[in-house]
This record gives sequence, C-alpha cells and structure tokens, in this order.
Amino acid sequence: MTQIELRGIEKFFGAVQVIHNLNLAIADNEFIVLLGQSGCGKTTTLRAVAGLETIDKGDILIDGKPVQHLKAADRDIAMVFQSFSLYPHMTVFENVAFPLRATRMSSGEVDKSVREVARVLRITDLLDKRPSALSGGDMQRVAIGRALVRRPKAMLMDEPIGALDAKLREEMRAEIKRLHVKQGSTTIYVTHDQIEAMSLADRIVIMHEGFIQQVGTPDEVYSHPANLFVAQFVGSPVMNIAEARVADQAGAASVTVGEAPAGFEFPRQLLSKLNGHSNGGLTLGIRPEGVLVRHDAAPGYMPVEASIIEPLGSFDIVDLKVGSAMLRARTKAGYVSGPGERVHVRIDPEQAHFFDTASGKSLGVRL
Amino acid sequence: MAAVRTSSEVAFNRIAIAAVLIATLIFLAPIYWIASTAFKPKELAVSVPPTVLFQPEVTPFIRLFTKRVQMQKPVDPQVYEAAPWWEKRIYDGGERVLKVGKDVQLSQYPDRFMNSLIVAVISTVLAVGMGTFTAYGFSRFKIAGEADLLFFILSTRMLPPVVVAIPMFLMYRMVGLNDSHIGLIILYVAFNLSFSVWLMKGFMDEIPKEYEEAALVDGYTRMQAFFKIVLPEAATGIAATAVFCFITAWNEYAFALIMTNRRAQTAPPFIPSQIGSGLPDWTTIAAGTFLFLLPVAIFTFLLRNHLLRGVTFGAIRK
Repeated sequence: MTQIELRGIEKFFGAVQVIHNLNLAIADNEFIVLLGQSGCGKTTTLRAVAGLETIDKGDILIDGKPVQHLKAADRDIAMVFQSFSLYPHMTVFENVAFPLRATRMSSGEVDKSVREVARVLRITDLLDKRPSALSGGDMQRVAIGRALVRRPKAMLMDEPIGALDAKLREEMRAEIKRLHVKQGSTTIYVTHDQIEAMSLADRIVIMHEGFIQQVGTPDEVYSHPANLFVAQFVGSPVMNIAEARVADQAGAASVTVGEAPAGFEFPRQLLSKLNGHSNGGLTLGIRPEGVLVRHDAAPGYMPVEASIIEPLGSFDIVDLKVGSAMLRARTKAGYVSGPGERVHVRIDPEQAHFFDTASGKSLGVRL
Repeated sequence: MAAVRTSSEVAFNRIAIAAVLIATLIFLAPIYWIASTAFKPKELAVSVPPTVLFQPEVTPFIRLFTKRVQMQKPVDPQVYEAAPWWEKRIYDGGERVLKVGKDVQLSQYPDRFMNSLIVAVISTVLAVGMGTFTAYGFSRFKIAGEADLLFFILSTRMLPPVVVAIPMFLMYRMVGLNDSHIGLIILYVAFNLSFSVWLMKGFMDEIPKEYEEAALVDGYTRMQAFFKIVLPEAATGIAATAVFCFITAWNEYAFALIMTNRRAQTAPPFIPSQIGSGLPDWTTIAAGTFLFLLPVAIFTFLLRNHLLRGVTFGAIRK
C-alpha cells in the first residue's frame, strides 16, 4: 500500500528552472508514466522521488510522510536505470542480492528471495553468469529483479527499455506489463516513447519544459488532448493541425482550412460551442483516421489531390492538399493508387478537436 | 570473425611485428647488459669487445652483500681451507671478508634495499589512496573552482623537482626530517599525488554514476557504495596508478641522495657509492642494480592484466 504525492515541486539547475510547480497524486498500485521529450523534466522528477536529486521547493510524500529530506537509502524505493547499471564485477546472483545485503537478512533468506525473483523473471539459469555475458533483454530482467527483490514501496523506472532494439523493446514492454499485473506495485515510469506510455500506463503524465501538460488515462490523453502539445505528442501518425475559419453557411457550420475555396461541413451546434472563436485564432486538430477519403463524390466530400503516399503495411498515410494546408489521411493499404490521384475528402466532425491558437489550449468542443 | 585481409595488409602486419620486435630488443638491451654484467667475473666486465659467452659467477653478489677489505698478505692456507665456498671466492680475488668475531659483516645493501621497499610501498599506498579519494570527489561532486583546483594540483609537477631540492633540504634539516623514512615518504607522496589524482580522475569519470546511484537507492550509504562498487570498478585504474607511483618512488635518485645519507638511505644513491676506490667494480654495481630491478618487474608483472585490460567491460549501455 503505497501512495506517492508530489506537491508544488520546483527545481532549478543554476538559473534554469527545470520543474515548475508540479503536483501529482499517485494511487496505490498505480502505473504512472511520465512522458515527454528529453529535457522536459521527467527524469529530474523521477530522480527527485528517488532521492538522487534535491528539490528547491515543495513536498514529496510517500504514504503521507514527507520524504524530501530523507536520503535515497531511507526512502525504501527501488529504481531501474536506462543503463541497467549492473555491477560488472558481481555475478547476476550477487547483483540481485545486492539490495538485500544492505539489510540484516540472513544469507539463507537472501538466497530464497533471489531465487524467487529469478523464477518470476525467468533468469534462474543466468544466476552464475556475469552481466557482461548477458543479452540486453536479460540485463534488463536482472535490473528489474534487483529492484523487485527488496519488495520496495514503489518502483521507479527511468527509460528501462530505451536502450534495447525495437523487437526486444516490444517483448520487454509486455513483460513489464505482465509483472505489474502479477506483482502489483506503485510504479513511476519515465519514457519519451508514447507507444510505451500508452501500452503500460494506468495514467500518463505528459510533461513539456518543466510543466505538466496533461494527466489522464491513455484514452483520455489520446481522445481529449488538453492542448496542442499533447495533441501532437501523443498518437502516431501525428495529428493534423491547421488554422481554421468557421462560417455559418446555409444552416450548417463550414470549417475552412488553408484558405481553401470551400469548407468542410460541420453540425450547426459547432458555432455556439466555439463561443466567439469562429474568426481567427482557431486551430483545427484532426487525427489521420478522422480524415475520411473516398474515390467517388458524395455529399459533404471535397475533391482534392493526393500528393505523397506512405505505405505502412496494414494501412497507408496519404497526404492531401487542401488549399494551402496538408491533411494526412489514414486509408486502407493501396486505396489511393498514386500521387496526383484525385479523391474526395471529408473531416469526421466527431473526431475533430478545436484549439485556441494563441494559448494552444483545447476549447473542449466535442460534437 | 576474421576480417578479409588484403596482401598489403598482411605485409603491413609483418612490418608492424618486426618493428615491435626491434623496439623490444632495444628496450631489453640495457637490461641484458646489467644482468650479464652482474654474473661476470670482474676482469670480463670491462673487456673490449664485450664478452658474450662466459662462465657465470656469483662473486659479484657475494661482494655486494659482504664487507670486504683488500688483502695485505697471503692468507693462512688453513684459514682458507676452513672457509665456506663463497668466502673462498672472495679470497681468490685477493680480498678478505670482514668479520667481527665469528660473524660475517654484511654490507649495507640489504638495509638500503629495505629502505627502498619501505619508502616506495608506503608512499605508493598513500599517494594512490589519497589520490583515489580526491579523484572521486572531483569526479562526482560539484566543486567550486574545480578546474582551477585541478590545475593547481597539476602545477606542482611543472617545475623540475631538483629546483626545490636545496630549500627542501634546509627545511627538512630544520624540522629534523632529513635522513628519515617519513621525510622521504612525505616527499614522494607529495610528488606522486598530483599524478595519482589526475590519473584516477580519468578512471573515475569512466565509471558510470548510475552504479552508485543504484546502490544509494538500494539502501547503501555513499561510503558503502564507494567501497563496494566504485573501488572494485576502479581496480584497473588503481593498479595502473600504483605501478607508476611505485616506479617513480622506487627509482627516485636526486632527493634520496640529498635528503638521506645513512639511516634512511635508499638503494639508488647507495649503489653507485659502491664503485669504490681504484678500479671501479662494475660487477658489484651491476649485481646491486639487477636485484634492484626485480621488485618493480615483479610488481608490474603481477598487475599486468589490470594494466592491459584498460577500461572494464561493464554491463552498461552507453
């Protein structure tokens, strides 16, 4: 039973503020992913929780007790590093046993605990080897084993699979998920990979330049991005963003992007929901799957020209020229035969997002 | 995983091997000279051209370890017959082994040799130990004026040590440190420390910080992390630094000559003092030098794996 709470954390590196008034409450057993680009403050936040970094302001509470003045050793937290940091001069067994050697546990109990963890992580065969003889995935299993063996209050993971190659990363991602479901522990996981974040997290914390941009379940941050940064950071391929104008046209709303001669048809209630944002300062966000494409003309569809087609196996990404703007659409593989083909396009109003251009904030319009 | 090699690469490889062999021969030549002279009869030591094949003798070593006097008149044959084999060798050369009562008078060489060992070992341990701690501090913590401090540490090596020999001698005499082991040890530690700090800093920087951070999170204090993680990881660097410090302290001549004369005199200033009067006895000097080479050779040989291994192959992703 471990809750972690961060209250008003501020951190400076010299004159540079790397964390701005960060507040976050993490529930027991929750898997939280801190997601952001490098330099956004996510790793610094993690290290502050671990006790490897001091904070300049605020409180870090573990189970309600402030720990920001405690040494790392006294916080009862385990951490997995991106570099794995297995000690080369020790065997795998000694590496996993290392945290237990700091306690007064008898060697028999140490042995039992290590073997139990090794069994769960399927590294029993490796216990006598040196880390240098292991593959990347096995090194990471050992590193996780070292973190788990002590049954810490919480697990911190700093890009634990970032150094692995793509295939192994996928495997280890599934393994970490499996472990979390099985063992269950409050976990903070740092990554810059949104796929990792989406697949692992109970809740994702998206950070940018030291500020939390949004906290929410993977579905929330994907379907309801709080601002343009989140909208473009989460999801692949990236969400289309375009300056938009909205006009009242014959009983419906018409959304024009890229100074195109005609607009996309939207339900009329958009006008009232936009509440004055209709002229200028409005940005439309639409994911590629919300850009609907068909060969023949249909009501509401606009004729456009396809420019670039990226085949991605199960689907294609087609760049469509709409006025001066480019909209990327996701189509069935091979649906658009080649560049220059004329197709018809529509924007699915239900998947459209509207943002205030100046602040980047979502207007929260859902149709 | 043999890579494909062209004939020019093979040729280059052979030339490289030949060059290494020639360089090795050049480096070994003086050592061969010393070693062979140490086993030569006195008169062959200075023969021109040098004798390469000869019957090896141990008389140089006997002379090295004993006090002798020139013989004034033929020795009583009875005394000669009663003497042990190694004494006879000295009598054969026209000298006499000095004795007080029944006991053979040992020369000062064993004492001087011990002095060298004491001073070199203790000063190496201190210089490497202090250097390791200092380097760790510089490597891991933010220190105000770090670059300046490191430069200052290095600057102690910038002037030739002999320049300070006279003032050092005067100061040492004033505080009573001249001709003492501790005086030489302090001197050599001071001399080696800057070197040790810089070398160890390089090795410490190579050890990833995450190693200790992992230990800190796992419930260890920084001190425990240092001893359990950093020191074993730094073993290669410590070995290399120790070899260099030991060689410097072991071979140091100028200060040892000026600062010591009896009690704490080390082997380097002692050996040439055995040249003696009249015809120089090169074989005895060579014997002393030959034995003097052995500890460094053994020490370096024992640590050769560490010296060659270079940076540890850690389980860390970079």
